[in-house]
Amino acid sequence: MAKIELTRIPFIKNALKSRYPQLAVFIVMLIGYIFAILAGLIGTPVGSHNFSIVFVWIAWWAILILVAVPFFGRGWCAVCPIPLPGEWLQHGAVLSPPDKRPKWLNLRVPKMFRNIWLQNISYLLLALFSSVLLTTPNITGIVLAAMLFAAIGLSTVFERRAFCRYLCPVGGFIGLYSQTAPIELRIKDKQVCVTCEGKPCYNGSSAGYGCPWDVFPGGLTKNTYCGLCMECIRTCPHDNIAVNLRPFSADLAKPSTRMDEAFKAFIMLGSAIVYAGVLLGPWGMFKDAAYNVGSSAWFIYAIVFLAIIFVVLPGLFTLGILNTKNTLPLKQRFASLSTALIPLGLMFWVAFSLSFVLTNASYILAALSDPLGLGWNLFGTANAAWQPMLTSILAPAQTLALVVGLVWSARTAQKSANEAGTSSMPVVIYCFVATSLMLWLLL
Amino acid sequence: MKRAELISRILIVVGILLAVGAPLFFWARTPLIHARMAEDGGWNPDVIQAEVGKPLHLKFTSDDVVHGFAVGQMDMQSVDILPGKVTDITLNFDEPGIYTFFCTRWCGLNHWRMRGTIEVSGSSSDPEPATVPLYVSLKLDLDAPHDAPVVPNGKPLAISGQSLETNLPIDQSAEYYRSHSPYEVFESLQNTPLTDGQRWNAVAYFWQSNTTSESLANGRQLYAQNCAACHGENGAGNGVFADDLVQAGEASMQSMSGAMNMMMQAPVDFTDPRRMLGASPALLQGKILRGGMGTGMPMWGSIFTEQQIWDLTAYIYSFQFEYEK
Ligand code: SF4
Ligand code: SF4
Ligand code: SF4
Repeated sequence: MAKIELTRIPFIKNALKSRYPQLAVFIVMLIGYIFAILAGLIGTPVGSHNFSIVFVWIAWWAILILVAVPFFGRGWCAVCPIPLPGEWLQHGAVLSPPDKRPKWLNLRVPKMFRNIWLQNISYLLLALFSSVLLTTPNITGIVLAAMLFAAIGLSTVFERRAFCRYLCPVGGFIGLYSQTAPIELRIKDKQVCVTCEGKPCYNGSSAGYGCPWDVFPGGLTKNTYCGLCMECIRTCPHDNIAVNLRPFSADLAKPSTRMDEAFKAFIMLGSAIVYAGVLLGPWGMFKDAAYNVGSSAWFIYAIVFLAIIFVVLPGLFTLGILNTKNTLPLKQRFASLSTALIPLGLMFWVAFSLSFVLTNASYILAALSDPLGLGWNLFGTANAAWQPMLTSILAPAQTLALVVGLVWSARTAQKSANEAGTSSMPVVIYCFVATSLMLWLLL
Repeated sequence: MKRAELISRILIVVGILLAVGAPLFFWARTPLIHARMAEDGGWNPDVIQAEVGKPLHLKFTSDDVVHGFAVGQMDMQSVDILPGKVTDITLNFDEPGIYTFFCTRWCGLNHWRMRGTIEVSGSSSDPEPATVPLYVSLKLDLDAPHDAPVVPNGKPLAISGQSLETNLPIDQSAEYYRSHSPYEVFESLQNTPLTDGQRWNAVAYFWQSNTTSESLANGRQLYAQNCAACHGENGAGNGVFADDLVQAGEASMQSMSGAMNMMMQAPVDFTDPRRMLGASPALLQGKILRGGMGTGMPMWGSIFTEQQIWDLTAYIYSFQFEYEK
C-alpha cells in the first residue's frame, strides 16, 4: 500500500511547522494537568466525583488507548504537558532557541539506562498500585506531580527528554504500540540526508532544537522513539521531513530484536489479562487482594502478577518456539517473534478499556460541572446520574476488537516468522489461546 | 527577547497561577463538613457553633459512603449526604443548648459513633425546668440482671386479657405501668383465680392499654431507622451489624486496639421473654437514654425526646405481646 504524505497539504504543513498552534495546545494541557494535580490534592476524596480521577483515568485514558495510540501513535506525546516545564527550562525559551542558552548539566544518559527497562519498571510500579491509584484522588495528584517534577529534574541533569525516553511509565507502551499506527514521521529522501551538512535535525540550529527525543530523524525506521514533536520539520533546511499516512502496523514488518521491547510486549499483554480478570472477573477475592495494598494478600497478588508477566507468559512463549528449527539464536527468535504480541496486546487493551470506559464515562459530565466536589454546577450537569453507556454494543465491540487483534497478530506473526525463517504456527496458537482467555474473562 | 516569546511566557505563568490559584481560592471559601465512617474520623468538624434565631447554613459532603444527617431532639427530616456531592442544610434554633447531630444511615459498624454537636448560644425564651428521667428517680440499676424467673408458654394475647382484666386489682396509673416489669404485674395477680396463661394475657392487655397505636407506629419507625441495624427488623438481635459487633468484641479481647471496641457484644434479643418480661419501661428508658457503656449500644438521650423513648419502649414490648391489630 502506498503512503500518503500529509505534509504536502499546505495547511497541515504550516500548522505543524509553526510553533504557535502547538504552544496553544501545550498551555491548555499544562493548565489542565496542574488543575488535575490540585483537584487530586484538595478536591473530594471520592474518586468518581473528582476531576483528577475522572479526567485522567477515564477521559484521558479513553482517548489515549481508544483513539490516540491506535490512530496517531505517539500523537499524545506531541501534546503531553509533562515534559514541558523541564524542556522550557532546558531550552531557556518556550519558542525558538534564544541567543543565549542556559547552562544545565546536559549530561548524556548512562549507556546502561538507555533502554526501556526503567520504563518497564515504572509502569509495573503504577500497575501494581493501580487499584489505589485509579480510585484515590490524593494519590493520583501526588503521582501526577511527581512525574512533572521528575521530568523537570531529569531535564536539568541530562540532555534532551530523558524522562520521556527512559522513565515515563506510559511513554513505554505508547512507543511500543505506536508502531501499529497509520501515522509516521519519516524523511523523504535518504540521499539528501547523507549529504546534509551539520544534520541540524539532530544537532539543532537557530531554527529549532536538535531532536528532543534523541533520535536521528534521517535514520527513522519505526515510530517507537519519535515523539512527533515536529522539531525536525522546523529545523531541516532541506524540507526533507514528511508526516505520512501509511498502512496500519507498517513498522512491525521489521521485527525488533531488543529484549526490553520484547518484554514490554509481554508486560502489556499480561497486565491487560490480569486487569480483566481482577477488575471485571467474578472473583471478589482477587479484587480485595488488589485493593488492599500492603496486605499479605496484596503481596501474593503482586507476586502472581509479576510471575504471569515475567515467567508464565514468556515461558510458555519460549516453550512454543523452542522446537522451531532455526538458525537464529533463541534470544533473537524470542524477541522478533514476540512482535506478533504488539497488535494483540493493543487490542486486548482496547477491549478491556471499552468496558471500563463505557461503564464510567457518565462521571465525566458530573465532574465537568463540579470538578472539586465543592457543590458547583458550572455547566448544569453536576447532577448527571451515573449510568453505563452503550451497554448493548459493549460485548460485540469487545469481541470484535479481540478478533481483529487475533487476525492482526496472526498476520504479523507470519511476517516475522518469514523474516526469521521459521514457522509462525506456535505463535499463532499462543495468540489464539491468549485471545480465548481474554474473551472468557471479558464476557 | 522577542515579543512573542515574552507574551508566551506571560501567558504560561498566568495560566499556571490560575490553575493553582483558582482551585485553592474556591476551596478555601467553601467550608464543607465532611462525613466519613466513624473509624475514619466521623464528622469533620464535629463541633459547630450557632446562635439562637440566626439561621445556620451548612454544607455537607461525604468522603466515602452515603450518610444521613439529623439533629437530635429536633423536629426535622433527616437528609442524605451523598459521596462526592454537596448537600446544603439550613437549621434554625429557638433554644440555646448543646444539640447532638448524628448519622441516620447505616454506614458501617460504628455508624452510631458518628455524632457531633451544635453549640447554640443565645438566650432562652421559655426556660424549661430540667426533669430527672424516671429511671433515675426510681434509682434503678441499669446493669443489674433483671431476668423474669417465669415466662409464658407462648406470646400472651392482649385480646384474651381484655375481658379478664376489668375486675383485676391493677393500679391503672401510668406511673405504675412504667415502673413495673410485666413479670412484676404477673406476680401481683398471684391471688386471683386466674390460670398462669390468663394472667399473662391480662398483663398483655395492660401493656396494650398503656400505649396508643400512634405511639406504636412512631416507635416502629424510630426502631426501623435507628435500632434495626443491630437488633434486627424483628427484634431478634440479628441485625446486619450484629455479627460484626460480636467479632469486634472477640477481636478486642486479643488486640491492642481493644479500648475502642471494648466489650462490644451481640445486640440484645428483644424476642427473649426472660429478659424482656423482667424489664420495666423505666428500665428500658434508662438503657436507651444512657446507652450500653461500651457494649456497642449508643447513648440516645441526646437524640430522642422523652416521648420518642416511650414510643420506642412501647414498640419493643410488641415483640413479646400479641396486640390487637
Ligand atoms: S513519553 Fe510520557 S511524558 Fe513524554 S510526552 Fe510521552 S506521555 Fe508525555
Ligand atoms: S536536517 Fe533534514 S536533510 Fe539534514 S539530515 Fe536531518 S532530515 Fe536529513
Ligand atoms: S525531532 Fe523529529 S524525529 Fe525527533 S522526536 Fe521530534 S518529530 Fe520525532
